[in-house]
Amino acid sequence: MKKKGAEIVWECLVREGVEVVFGYPGGANMPIYDAMLNYPVHHVLVRHEQGGAHMADGYARASGKVGVAMATSGPGATNLVTGIATAMMDSVPVVFITGQVAAHLIGGDAFQETDVTGITLPITKHNYLVTRADQIADTIREAFYIARSGRPGPVLIDICKNAQVESCEFVYPEDVKLPGYQPVTRSPRSLLDQAVGLIERAKKPIILCGHGVIMSKAEEELMQFAVKTQTPVASTLLGLGAFPASHPLSLGMMGMHGEAYTNMAIQNSDLILAFGMRFDDRVTGTLKTYAPRARKIHIEIDPSEIHKNVFVDVPLVGDLKTVLTDLIPLVDEYEHDEWLAEIQGWKDESDSRSIMNWEDDGKLYVAHLVADIWKATGGNAIVTTDVGQHQMWAAQYYQLEKPNRWITSGGAGTMGFGLPSAIGAWFAAKDQEIWAIAGDGGFQMTAAELTTAVQEGANVKVAIMNNNFLGMVRQWQEFFFEKRYSAVNMLTPDFVKLAEAHGVPARRVTKREEVDEAIEWARKTEGPVVLEFKVEQEDAVYPMVPQGAALHEMIRRPVKA
Amino acid sequence: MNYTFIALVENKPGVLNRVASLFRRRNFNIESLAVGRTDNPDVSRMTIVVDCPNGNVDAHRIEANLYKLVNVIDVQDVTHQPSVTRDLALIKVQVGPERRAEVNGLAEIFRAHIVDVAADSVIVEVTGTEDKIEGMIELLRPIGIVEMVRTGQVSMTRGVTDGVRRVAGTNGNRYEDVLELAEMAP
Repeated sequence: MKKKGAEIVWECLVREGVEVVFGYPGGANMPIYDAMLNYPVHHVLVRHEQGGAHMADGYARASGKVGVAMATSGPGATNLVTGIATAMMDSVPVVFITGQVAAHLIGGDAFQETDVTGITLPITKHNYLVTRADQIADTIREAFYIARSGRPGPVLIDICKNAQVESCEFVYPEDVKLPGYQPVTRSPRSLLDQAVGLIERAKKPIILCGHGVIMSKAEEELMQFAVKTQTPVASTLLGLGAFPASHPLSLGMMGMHGEAYTNMAIQNSDLILAFGMRFDDRVTGTLKTYAPRARKIHIEIDPSEIHKNVFVDVPLVGDLKTVLTDLIPLVDEYEHDEWLAEIQGWKDESDSRSIMNWEDDGKLYVAHLVADIWKATGGNAIVTTDVGQHQMWAAQYYQLEKPNRWITSGGAGTMGFGLPSAIGAWFAAKDQEIWAIAGDGGFQMTAAELTTAVQEGANVKVAIMNNNFLGMVRQWQEFFFEKRYSAVNMLTPDFVKLAEAHGVPARRVTKREEVDEAIEWARKTEGPVVLEFKVEQEDAVYPMVPQGAALHEMIRRPVKA
Repeated sequence: MNYTFIALVENKPGVLNRVASLFRRRNFNIESLAVGRTDNPDVSRMTIVVDCPNGNVDAHRIEANLYKLVNVIDVQDVTHQPSVTRDLALIKVQVGPERRAEVNGLAEIFRAHIVDVAADSVIVEVTGTEDKIEGMIELLRPIGIVEMVRTGQVSMTRGVTDGVRRVAGTNGNRYEDVLELAEMAP
C-alpha cells in the first residue's frame, strides 16, 4: 500500500503504542502535522519546545513507556536540546522527531536549516537523518527499540521535508536489524559466584540503589535480596521510590545532600552492592577516600559505566532484574544486627539535628512544606521538581513508597523541568495526584507552560517555594564564597496574578497556620493550581558534602539553641 | 601509552563523525585514525591509535564506549597482540639532479620508491611501521623536505590470533572470550 512519508510516521507511531505527542509545528514538519489529523494520537501544543521535551520525559518516567516530542527544523529543534540532554543524562526513553529542510537543500544554509543530527550527536543515544520516505518505517521502528532497550535513552529522528511528502510502499518492518546493537542481559555464573563469595564474607554490606532499579522494574527483586541478606538500602536521587522509604532497611538518600547516617554507613561499609547506579560525583564525594574498606559489586547494564569512576571487584554486566533473579537463589540468608545497630546509632544522632524537630517559629521552611504536602497526599502523589534547594528538600522529605512517582532532573540538573514534566506525567497517570515542587527561579524558566496545562486541563498542582533567591547558588556563595552574593537576588513577579492571568487559580501563603488549608484547597480544586509559599530566605540544605570533600565530611545543620 | 584498536563499523554516512566525536567527548586523544572499506561492502574498518594514560582501564572505557555507538559492530585491542602494522608516507624532497642519487640510495635501503621526479624535487613513497617511517624522515630532513602526507596506521593481527576484547555480551562476545574485568585492577 502506497503512503506518504508523513502518513508513515503516524502509522509507525500508532503501532508503537503512542497515544500522546508533545510538540510544536513549523515550516519543516507541516506535512507531518497535516497527516496527524487522520490518526488517533493526541497532540499537546506546548508553548516552547523545551517544555515539550520535558513533558515527553515526564510522561516516559511516569508511565515507563517511550515519550514522544516533535519540533520543526532550526530553532524548533535547537529549543529541544536542553530537554534531550536532560533525558540523556537520566537515561529516559524519549523519541524526538524533528522536521528538516528538503534533502537537496541540506548544507546550503536554507531557511531554518540547522545541523540537528550534528548538534544532538553527543546528547542522544542514537540519531538519524532521514532523506527518503522509504527510510521512515525502519528508522522509527529502530528508534523506539533503541530508546527503550538496554540502557534507555533519547533517540532523535530528523526527517527531511521531501521525505514527508513523497510516497512509497509502506511495509511495517517485522524486526529491527542492528548488527552493532545487542545489549547484554545476563552475567555468567562464574562472576555471580565471585559476587556470592564477597556477600558471604561481608559484615557491613550496603546496597546502593540507582535509577537502574526502576528502569529495569527490579523493585521486587531488590526487596527480596535486601531482606534475604539483611542488607540496608541507600538510594541515589533517581533511585528514590524503588525501595519503600518506611522499610526498616531503608537508609534514604546518599550523597552530597544525603542523610548523614547514610553517608556514614557507606564510608564504613565493607561491601558495596551497586545496583543500577553510576557512582556520580554527587554521590561519592572525593574518590580518594570513598568507602575505603569496601569491596564492590557493580550490577549495571552499560559496560562503559564499569570502572568509570570507581574501580569495582566484581562487575556484573546485564539487566538488573535478570541478574538479581539469577543471584538471589545463590545467596544464603544472613543477619547483620550489629551493623544495623551501628547505623541506627548514626541515625539517632542525625534525627537530633533534623529540621523536622524544630519548634514552630512562624516562618515557612521548605522542608516542612514538603512534609506537609507529603502528609496531605498520603505520600502517594507523583512529585516533579525543578533543580536546586527545593529539589533536595523534596528528595529528603517526600518519603516515597513506590517507584515512578519521583520525577526530577538528576544528571543534567535542568532548571525549569518541574512544571512541564508534571504536565507530561499527568498524561501518563490522569487518575493520580501530581505535584510540581518548584523554586522561584526554575518556575520562571518554563512558566509559559501554565497555559498548556489549562488548555489540556492537566490536573497538576504547582508549589512554588519562593525565597526570592537562586537558593542553591546563594547557599554555595554563603558557604564557599564568603557570603559575597552575586546575581542571586531575584525579583519575582506576582505569581498569584501571573497564574490567574493564565486562568489558573492561585494562592499565596505566608504564614504557617495557612499551610494545611491551602494545600487542601489546591487538592480539591480541579485542574491546574498554583500555590506560592513565601519561605525563609536564607535557609540552607543540610547535610552538605562540599565539592571535593570526603563523603563523611559533611556540613551539618547547626543545632538550634 | 598508545593503544591500537580495530573497529568494524557499518558503512553508513556519519559513522566516522560519531567515532571521532566520541573520543573528543570522552576526553581521549586520537594519535592516528585510518578508515577504509573491507571485503564486505556494508562494513568499514577503522584502525585507531589512542593515548591511554591509564592503560587497560582506559582501553576498556574506549571499547565499551565504542560499543555504545549503534553503528559499531566489533572492537578489538591489538596493542599487545602479534600483528602487522603499516603506515604509508609520501614525502616530497627538494633535490636537484646532483643529489638525486643520494635520495635514491636512501630509498633503496628503506625499500621505499621514488614515485615522481620533477626538475628540483622528488616524491618518495615509503611504507612500514611508524619507527621505520620516522627513521626515513630523519634522514631526508637534512636534504630538504618540502611536503609530507601520511595515511595513519593500519593494523591486522597475524594468523588466526584475535585482538583482546574486554567488553562482554556485545555482538556475541562470550564472557569466556573476554579479558576478565576483575583482573584489570590498577
